Amino acid sequence: MRVIEVPASLDYRNIDILHARAGAGETDPVLFDARRLRWIDPNGMLALLGAGRVAGRGGARPRISLPTSAKVAGYLDRMGFSRAVAGIFHSAPPRVRRRSVRASDVLLEITPITTNSDVHDVVDTVQSRAGAILSNTLRYPPAAVVQFSVILSEVCQNIVEHADGPGWVAAQSYNWTRRLGRHVAVIAVSDLGRGFRASLADEHSERFGDRWGDATALEAAFLLGLTRFPDIGRGQGIQQIRKQVARWNGLLSIRSGTARIADTPPWSQGPPLQEGLRHFPGAQINIILPENSGD
Amino acid sequence: MTDPRHPPGRNGFAIDVGALMRGRLSVPNVNLVTRPTGRVVRQAIEGELARAGSRVPVSVIDLTGVRVLDFSCADEVVAKLLLRYLPPERPGDIFFLLRAVEEVHGHAVGEVLARRGLATVCDFGDGEFRLLGPATAEERAAWSVLERSERIGAGSSESLLGAGGEALLQRLCERRLAYRHRGGSASALSALARLPSPR
Repeated sequence: MRVIEVPASLDYRNIDILHARAGAGETDPVLFDARRLRWIDPNGMLALLGAGRVAGRGGARPRISLPTSAKVAGYLDRMGFSRAVAGIFHSAPPRVRRRSVRASDVLLEITPITTNSDVHDVVDTVQSRAGAILSNTLRYPPAAVVQFSVILSEVCQNIVEHADGPGWVAAQSYNWTRRLGRHVAVIAVSDLGRGFRASLADEHSERFGDRWGDATALEAAFLLGLTRFPDIGRGQGIQQIRKQVARWNGLLSIRSGTARIADTPPWSQGPPLQEGLRHFPGAQINIILPENSGD
Repeated sequence: MTDPRHPPGRNGFAIDVGALMRGRLSVPNVNLVTRPTGRVVRQAIEGELARAGSRVPVSVIDLTGVRVLDFSCADEVVAKLLLRYLPPERPGDIFFLLRAVEEVHGHAVGEVLARRGLATVCDFGDGEFRLLGPATAEERAAWSVLERSERIGAGSSESLLGAGGEALLQRLCERRLAYRHRGGSASALSALARLPSPR
């Protein structure tokens, strides 16, 4: 059995480590050892699910050892991780006594996205929960709950319309006292579909010639608003998300294939475009919205 | 679902999109999200318009009961509805007014209209109608004069709108932002919706 050690801290900054360790298409049974996990954000959770799904493509369903920390295990439970791993991992029995599920402190549990009906469910769910977090914690104006819902709707539709594969969405708010001195909301969306390059190839690869690749495809969608549909009304989702996230001084990044593209605010580090990364099947979208500092 | 505040026989009648979704389309939470939902809603609106026939030239698309409107649905419902009724081969001689909540719907509608080069007249509930979507400064000025005047008589366009006023008025009519009467005068859509049958 191949053992893949899950980093003690797994969030949007280091999920590539997990992809690199997991590999793809290998037939050895795999164990994801998350016993030492101490910190994980929605991006990390979806990365674990995605890596598990990819590892299982070799034939044997992978196993996962859940965190020994009661706090982390309880948090994963509240985020719906235990439910989400069913069908992906042979999960080990929980090592800790679970606390009762308290959905009220979760912005959006891990939610599978396969149909438009799932998108409606996400929007319905988040509206009843996001208002207080956006107004009281992030100090956004009252109408922000609508814009936040629209962001979620558009990123989830990206899975249904373009990925041609299963996906998940999750969101949570955190107090980044040490990292940023502010609260943030983190939205993670991930799918194991065909990725941006394959989605756009038929319609757009020819015009880019030799330059066509994962990075070019991301630039085409992210910067130019191109989609596989010839209709001029298409492709607005990502463009509008970029504008709204920028208004809130947030971070938006999309990882697909061997590249990542990002709109990076001053508080965050990272290049706008990275190439030559370990291949990631599908796409992973990360959105971080910081508390309004009133600047 | 037509709005009872606008009974048949008047020039304007409203389609309450929220009521349409809750009623005929059985959507419990009135969130206009995803393209398939938008398509179904637009088709339902077109059905209402077909039932209304040619007796009402102005249709008010009332979004005020809609909680969330995403860009996909704004494109599917509003932009594609306007597009369908723009060319000469449109299914009916209908003009549209939009009734919406600015902070909830205004941005999404404005963005999708800009993408397609469309404009519409919008009532944000603040007592005055506004032109939403791209238009030249001259078109906006001419539309504002018409909106204030409610009606510009045949032969009065140059005096009210200045040199080239008639061409501007014609352009507004072609963009379905003003109504041209048979005698050559033009009406603001907001005024037309309130008045007895046009002559």
